[in-house]
Amino acid sequence: MAVQDDIADRIAGFALFADLSGPEREQVVHIFEEAWFSEGERILRQGFTGSGLYIILDGTAAIRIDGVDRSLLKAGDYFGEISCLLGEPPVADIVAVQPLHCLVLPSSEVESFLKAHPLVMFRLLQGEARKVRTTTKWLS
Amino acid sequence: MAQLAKPLFPAGRYPLIVVGSGPGALQLTYSLTRLGIEHAVLSEDPAPGGMFRRWPVFQRMLSWTKPFTGLDRESRAYERYDWNSLLADEAAGRAVMARVMDGTSYFPSRPEMERGLVEFAEASSLRIRFGCRWESTSREGEDFVLRTSDGDYRSPLVVFAVGVAEPWRPAGLEGVPHYGELRPAATYADRRVFIIGKQNSGFEIATGLLPLARQIVLASPSATKLSVNTHSLVGVRARYVQPYEDSVLAGGVLVLDTSIDEVKRTQNGYQVRTRSAKDDSVLTFEVDDVIAATGFASPLRDLPQLGVATFGQSRLPAQTPFWESATVPGIYFAGTINQGAQGMKKHGIPSNSGAVQGYRYNARVLAAHLAERRFGMRLPRRQLDAKEVIPRLLAEASHGPELWHQRSYLARVLLVDPDHGIVDEGIVPLAHFVDSAGPDGVAVALESNGRDDPYPAVYIRRGGSVTEHLLESSPLLDFEGEDHRKALVSALDRLMSPSISQPQP
Repeated sequence: MAVQDDIADRIAGFALFADLSGPEREQVVHIFEEAWFSEGERILRQGFTGSGLYIILDGTAAIRIDGVDRSLLKAGDYFGEISCLLGEPPVADIVAVQPLHCLVLPSSEVESFLKAHPLVMFRLLQGEARKVRTTTKWLS
Repeated sequence: MAQLAKPLFPAGRYPLIVVGSGPGALQLTYSLTRLGIEHAVLSEDPAPGGMFRRWPVFQRMLSWTKPFTGLDRESRAYERYDWNSLLADEAAGRAVMARVMDGTSYFPSRPEMERGLVEFAEASSLRIRFGCRWESTSREGEDFVLRTSDGDYRSPLVVFAVGVAEPWRPAGLEGVPHYGELRPAATYADRRVFIIGKQNSGFEIATGLLPLARQIVLASPSATKLSVNTHSLVGVRARYVQPYEDSVLAGGVLVLDTSIDEVKRTQNGYQVRTRSAKDDSVLTFEVDDVIAATGFASPLRDLPQLGVATFGQSRLPAQTPFWESATVPGIYFAGTINQGAQGMKKHGIPSNSGAVQGYRYNARVLAAHLAERRFGMRLPRRQLDAKEVIPRLLAEASHGPELWHQRSYLARVLLVDPDHGIVDEGIVPLAHFVDSAGPDGVAVALESNGRDDPYPAVYIRRGGSVTEHLLESSPLLDFEGEDHRKALVSALDRLMSPSISQPQP
């Protein structure tokens, strides 16, 4: 009769949380909040303050810069981390292209969360490194 | 109550149906009625009040009504200090709570809150069919059909104001008594009590049991947040912080950041096994009582089968900025269930739509929205002279109760109409203004960032593109001075007609 949480089980399959124990994942689910966005709804707004770190549980979102879609995000992907880490407004809109179910952590709590969960921080760094690598290849 | 008890709204077809009789439904039916929109109101309860007919369990509200403010209690500005009264145009229905409270606390007792809601309904002659239980829902052409204890009701538009008060427990806690099943407090005397959950409901119980229980343990996976630290309604409210102080100063209460591995019945009580997320260590507690303060869900019955998308442990319906189901057009929501319309949630701070002081404004905006979008009405709007724009926006940021109670959620919007000049569009959901196409205009909201004093946030739409302009805060929370005037003139000068931002003569 273990006390269970469906979302804690679901994020076990996400690279960002792959190194966490069951109780740690359950804690993550309690620290983050759930959010739901309908198709076409903006989640992050280019140039607006007050963003957060979003983890996609279900659905698809587009990265839209100046009205042009650049890339798609899906379950297990995350966005908003650059804005949170730099303390600056997002440089792109993130728009739900299908109903989007997310976990979200406000920008103000991201630093303390990552310091308290260094394994998540390392996974996030790996993700950022992959993005830099992709951009570098694209530019070269 | 004779008028309220009279059977109304027999089964049949109506242009609009509202389900519920808590504060959200009362405010909505009041506002719809004043706009002349024909509708039926159905409630399974015998009288107005919703959850406040029973809860909070320790019989005192968390939200205050400040009796002495130097303001006329019937003024709009007074609403900022009165978190509990519903909104009325007539004096008899305004600031009701300030009249019914006995003056011993600025937090109304639960019976006072219930009495205030009944008085509002009576003073406003609200028409509600009580004792009519909504049981199931189906579609017939464009209509929704509500099967009720009093027959079938049909309408193309239904607003559910049914609260978020259905006890919710995670799997594994099925046999554990919930917050709503708390026994009389005296029965916990000299007992060891384990409370699962460290939100307000858990701390409310702990506060109430402090003089009685031998030991209190509060446990949940994440650390306790306090509202005085988050500068918002996120976290445990100050009234319930005493168990936390007992924990840190005297150790009489244990506040643990652990997940619950197992709750097992024993011969004399319960055995609770916890596991720390920090080091995986296990603790086992032998206790007399366990209480699940694990939250509440929306009693949506079969609406999800009809296609209404829900999310979160509260199974809140996903909603548009105007509180319509994001997935089933024609179904709307009012009251505390409006938490499902999250708005911009800037800095992670939610709206106050979960509380009376927030959703009373949502209901009024929803009524106006329904009037225009669904009933073809065009509500009057006030035209402004250019010289009125700056003072109007700054006055709203300083005193507008909608902006103060619904930060970064509801905004005062002025539009530039090619035919009529500058028009006051009224109070509008901010997310709608910034994310929808429309004429050039400006929205002012009050914003909190969870750290500093609140400050005005101005959003300017020009040519379909919206930009954000944040003004400074003020230690006196007065944004009508020269510095704010200059800052707003500067923001508007760059983006709107210069005539708007001319200084006052």
